[in-house]
Amino acid sequence: MSEILRLDAVSRHFSGLRALRAVTLGINRGEVLGLIGPNGAGKTTLVNTICGVTPASSGRVTFMGQDITGIKTYQAARRGLSRTFQIVQPFAEFTALDNVAAAALFSQPGESLKSAREEARAHLAFVGLDAQAGQSAATLTLAMRKRLELAKALAMKPKLLFLDEVNAGLNSAEVERATKLIHQLAANGITIVMIEHLMKVVLNVCTRIAVLHNGQLIADGPPRDVIKNPAVVDAYLGQQYAQRNAAGA
Amino acid sequence: MRGVNPALLVLIGCVAALPLFGGAYALRLGTIACMYAVLALSWNVVGGFAGYPSFATAAFFGFGAYATGVLLNKGLPLMPSILATLVASFLLAGLFGAVLLRLRGHYFAIASLSLVEVLRELVNNATNLTGGGMGLNIPLASGSGILADATFFFYAMWGLLLAAALMVIVVSMSKLGFGLACIRQNETASNMVGLNSTLYKSIAFGLSACFVSAAGGLYAAWVHYIDPSDVFDILYSVKPIVMALMGGLGSPLGVVCGAFLYLGLEEVVWRNYIQIHSGVLGALIVMLLLFLPRGLISIRSSMFWQKAKHV
Repeated sequence: MSEILRLDAVSRHFSGLRALRAVTLGINRGEVLGLIGPNGAGKTTLVNTICGVTPASSGRVTFMGQDITGIKTYQAARRGLSRTFQIVQPFAEFTALDNVAAAALFSQPGESLKSAREEARAHLAFVGLDAQAGQSAATLTLAMRKRLELAKALAMKPKLLFLDEVNAGLNSAEVERATKLIHQLAANGITIVMIEHLMKVVLNVCTRIAVLHNGQLIADGPPRDVIKNPAVVDAYLGQQYAQRNAAGA
Repeated sequence: MRGVNPALLVLIGCVAALPLFGGAYALRLGTIACMYAVLALSWNVVGGFAGYPSFATAAFFGFGAYATGVLLNKGLPLMPSILATLVASFLLAGLFGAVLLRLRGHYFAIASLSLVEVLRELVNNATNLTGGGMGLNIPLASGSGILADATFFFYAMWGLLLAAALMVIVVSMSKLGFGLACIRQNETASNMVGLNSTLYKSIAFGLSACFVSAAGGLYAAWVHYIDPSDVFDILYSVKPIVMALMGGLGSPLGVVCGAFLYLGLEEVVWRNYIQIHSGVLGALIVMLLLFLPRGLISIRSSMFWQKAKHV
């Protein structure tokens, strides 16, 4: 498997706070990487650093063989790095359709508004929001807005998709539905990095897990190995989870 | 919003008939009405579409007045001077915009306000070119009689209004307008979907400046004498915002109606309450904004709704 994204000793400081400490990580084409860790571990910062929201203080980010360290956010988007937000970021006054059309329109050079809207319809149907296409984004439920985020991300024709807690705040039926969608995306060959706290989902979906703690990568490997790793149990999963897991296994 | 843009063009078309009905006073008022409408429409591009409350209108009005004034003094005819002013202003504003539009909300408002002061001081101090505080005399354009002159400048300003309205309509229907609407709603998300927001905002700022400068240029040629405190008057920044708020923020038809209404109020109040005209005008504006927070345009659409029910 070839690497689609490579991080070399990427660090990010917010004045005194070292949010990322020399993270070195490769992401392979077609895999679904779970990024887990306690709150404040630097998971979202890592995604922000790759997407150019908060450029790396030091280190190097390589995407499909090209150095993209310090790239602008919109440039990252046009190269096929797309993401959903933990806190949903819709264009509130727009309809669901125009939200997705905006993503298609500005990420693809030379796209027209008309064809962007046509494309948007297909993506809304994929996430099951076709009935809400004409509704303004502000009126959608949280679960719908999360799916709208996903439709927007897909409209950008991503090569690498970051899902930042797409399941947070959803009930179990909604989680199941979202998980199914992620499976479908992976089957379509999109490389996915997902930040997720629900271990059930992580183990169900991910082919590999990376664990961040205090801005450092403390584990990286196949899911079954990582959740038994004592450092991960200590930092994030907790003894209870490990015991339950051992009993279940 | 279908039907609004044709309504705007019809309204502007009606204004063109003014010289048929009025004398020199009506022409003067009509010229100012068109000028105000240009200012308000232009402000609406950056303030209404992109959601950046700019106070830089006076800066570009003054810049335009002086650029045209200096060019006219160098012997260039009026139309080329205005065109050169328009292009220069677009480029200058785009450049300023790329820097200033990194700030958001109140910070941007204050920074844009400082632009007025900076340009005023520059003009004040470039005495050789602009005459500084003594002001600048501008040669008469035609000299073919008062009424003919008044008619000419009325139609010149009206033409500029038409051009500005067409620009705004084209922008509102284009990818640029769509992008500006995205930026207004959520700039972070805009960047994240691949929108180069700095570029879009700079273009919007440039477009909002160039017609204002052209209006400033026509104003200078019209009144034959300008000085820094006149054309860099901060009221040129504030009035378009009031007009846009009165008419309906973001709606081109609304802001043009707002401009006309504002001028009407200003004129009536000034005639009848000369001693306390600012106070009365201020009170009227406050009342209007209190009872019609979405502006004149909201009256129009509510009437439309009622009609629709009866059909």
